[in-house]
Amino acid sequence: MPFIPHTEKDVADMLARVGVDNISQLFEEIPPALRIAGLSGIAPALSEAEISRLMQTRARADGEPLCFLGAGAYDHYVPAAVWDIATRGEFYSAYTPYQAEASQGTLQVVYEFQTMLASLTGLDVSNASLYDGATAFAEACLMAVRANRANKSRRILVPRLLSPVFRDVARGILSGQKVELVELPMLDGQTDMAALASMAGQPCAAVAIQNPTFLGSLDKVDELTDWAHAQGALVIAVTNPTSLALLKAPGQWGQTGADIACGEGQPLGVPMSSGGPYFGFMVCRQALVRQMPGRIVGRTVDREDKPGFTLTLQAREQHIRRSRATSNICTNQGLIATAATIYMSLLGSAGLREVAVSCNANTHALVEALTAIPGVTRLFAAPFFHEAVLQLDRPVAGVLAALSAQGILGGYDLSADYPELGDAVLVCATETRGAADIARYAAELAKLLGAKA
Amino acid sequence: MKEPLIFEYESAGRKGFTPPSESASRIPEEWLRKDEPVLPRASELEVVRHFTRLSQLNFSIDTHFYPLGSCTMKYNPRVCNRLAMLPQFLSRHPLGPVEHGQGFLQTMYELQEMLQVVVGMHAVSLTPMAGAQGEYAGVAMIRAYHEARGDHARTEIIVPDAAHGTNPATAVVCGCDVVEIPTRSDGDIDLDRLRAAVGPQTAGIMLTNPSTLGVFERQIAEIAAIVHGAGGLLYYDGANLNAIMGKTHPGAMGFDVVHMNLHKTFSTPHGGGGPGSGAVGVNQRLQPFLPVPYVQKQGDQYVWATGKECPQTIGRLSAFMGNAGVLLRAYIYMRMLGARGMQRVSEFAVLNANYLMASLIDAGFDAAFPERRASHEFVITLKQIERDTGVTAMDFAKALLDHGFHAPTTYFPLLVPECLLIEPTESESRHTLDGFVAAMISIRDMAYTDAARVKEAPLTMPVRRLDDVRAAKQPDLVWLPGAAT
Repeated sequence: MPFIPHTEKDVADMLARVGVDNISQLFEEIPPALRIAGLSGIAPALSEAEISRLMQTRARADGEPLCFLGAGAYDHYVPAAVWDIATRGEFYSAYTPYQAEASQGTLQVVYEFQTMLASLTGLDVSNASLYDGATAFAEACLMAVRANRANKSRRILVPRLLSPVFRDVARGILSGQKVELVELPMLDGQTDMAALASMAGQPCAAVAIQNPTFLGSLDKVDELTDWAHAQGALVIAVTNPTSLALLKAPGQWGQTGADIACGEGQPLGVPMSSGGPYFGFMVCRQALVRQMPGRIVGRTVDREDKPGFTLTLQAREQHIRRSRATSNICTNQGLIATAATIYMSLLGSAGLREVAVSCNANTHALVEALTAIPGVTRLFAAPFFHEAVLQLDRPVAGVLAALSAQGILGGYDLSADYPELGDAVLVCATETRGAADIARYAAELAKLLGAKA
Repeated sequence: MKEPLIFEYESAGRKGFTPPSESASRIPEEWLRKDEPVLPRASELEVVRHFTRLSQLNFSIDTHFYPLGSCTMKYNPRVCNRLAMLPQFLSRHPLGPVEHGQGFLQTMYELQEMLQVVVGMHAVSLTPMAGAQGEYAGVAMIRAYHEARGDHARTEIIVPDAAHGTNPATAVVCGCDVVEIPTRSDGDIDLDRLRAAVGPQTAGIMLTNPSTLGVFERQIAEIAAIVHGAGGLLYYDGANLNAIMGKTHPGAMGFDVVHMNLHKTFSTPHGGGGPGSGAVGVNQRLQPFLPVPYVQKQGDQYVWATGKECPQTIGRLSAFMGNAGVLLRAYIYMRMLGARGMQRVSEFAVLNANYLMASLIDAGFDAAFPERRASHEFVITLKQIERDTGVTAMDFAKALLDHGFHAPTTYFPLLVPECLLIEPTESESRHTLDGFVAAMISIRDMAYTDAARVKEAPLTMPVRRLDDVRAAKQPDLVWLPGAAT
């Protein structure tokens, strides 16, 4: 039997020590009426060779289509060293670093992670990660309601340009605590400032701003930040970490900067992997740190005054505070944050900037190639980072299905989330989509649209 | 410090990896960043060496016995990692069409089916990303069930005092009030107090069985009758599922909803603090409320069930479908065990725990519940040693590190003074368990002869005991350029 090392003699000796005749007797406290005969319906065991063959067959069946799909998960190149090192057993099979003396490796990695995220976002302190971008946003909303004691509001203003799934997840999680999300309308790919002005004077705990927006465009972050602060609201920045090598950091938005930044960490060295595991990040101003959910690592000294690292500010957390904790989060995404730390270390700010620039240039090239095709036009004049909205002259679903049959993931169909945009598709080109890939997409799309609608 | 911070490998302009780029961005000036973020500037070899050295400062399952109670630190098979990281699995976009994901979706569907059997439930959703999110999903479904019936007054969640801290925290996140009920001295719940606590305000009860005290709650059928009788539902916290696979299951015990920690029972790695997976299973009456998406079979095709097909769902818990890579690892592990293998996992996990408890009792240690059979874990109390010598459970924990063993869980459950919660798991050999007992004896002997020396431990780790008070009072949470190190 796999993974159980006992010999027959071990078992006999161990049963003798316990004072029972057989293993079944060890389960005698389970009332007979509750016992089951076994696990019927589960297939017999496979050997390592058999399961390897099975999984390889399934993986091959899924293929590796050429991806121009983003919408929250991005196909970046991940250097080989990232996961080679992250999956070393000492990282992979360690537990949460509660015994600090035996976990200095994990703890120092988290401290370095916190430093990098704080610097990228231009804010003061980061936690050790949350589950993903959507839950990080939900936690940021709850944190803002706790932290904004001045106006005691349970409303958060959220742009229509913020990821629909982030809004959806947050709405679910927030409903239990009676926090309400109020939508800010959009106009030509940016938040509608006129509509915003009409909301002045109604108290809200925070205003969320996503930049780049879900639709790829760059929003008026300075104006929005200053407007929110003038209302006594906190600013929650939702952002893409790759873009921050190039774009103004949330801590620099407007006169005084955003208060909390959060987002999806996947672009930082994490494969798309059908949606996870990724990690959410959350960074905030020093003054808000005691309202932050999740684990935080601090540097301190040991008995000999030598520096070392430990989990800190634990009085916020569920294992100490129980029902009065800032969140119920326990396990987070440690290993993925470790991989992201290695990724950021390898690229450095110059390398990450090159990735960001490349994404922007490739997406411009993609938009130019596709809008040269009759029936394809670009929506919105606002500048974009690495995604853009195109309008087609026919329903998007059929076009994407036809492209998929040719091995191309052509983008994200916006018709369900943004019906007001008509037949609109969100396309993305990262640094991994070069001129030849773009030409192939353009040729296939031209062929499809050239055919009768 | 044995290893400098990565930022101290400073060399302006150096980078470890060169992406392909000759282009310029076309982003207008007003959106551009003026400063340069403080990211490392190290060569690839420096980065590899730095993180390899850091890894070597850790204890892990791959390097040390890790008997951390309630965490199920069993061996994480390497093959699970290798196969979950096949290139096609890694490169699959979460929003990719199901035609490009039949292999993956079939795997997820079969995982749902296997988990249903193990917990005796009617349907499973894999989307919760950790145990605490599985708890959230469970309590949110209980609330949604009562709300859907117009039973709006049911807002109280009952939790035993021995429960894991996430249980009460979750109830509050779901907008519920928490009612705590006591445990009797034999480790089972006080039924009279439970009867007094239930009523028309009861939404449900959250229980782990075996409990966090390392014993099987023998009155579970009566508990189910009391809670159901009052109109509440039963939530099973799957933290201790490793003790009962193929022997009993939450369905047989009367539970309505369960979460499973795949990173415990099904051997996916803990990763230094995640990612986990907290898949949830429900009986028929809660099925409409399951979180989406989950996988359904339509003819020969595997497809996602979303909010469209499931109008009463509690909704999405993640941007996509949860920690897919973790789920792949759990699937691979379960297929390698098969039905009998899973049952054997629980048999040997329980054998190891009872053997270790018996060995410690024989060596003169005090079990918290000596008259009870251990489940897959057990509690000992060092109260007497602490009274005699001043050496605490925490001192034992630190001294064990010097003996090459990770410490058991300390000071949890909160009910037992100076306690260690010890969970050996099935993957440890008798030889390792004997070594652990010898270390415990040696530390106790030293406590009675030279207590001050035990209190100095650990002496062989990269650092001595750390100043946690200073860490909290003068938080140093990020490195700043120019700061002393």
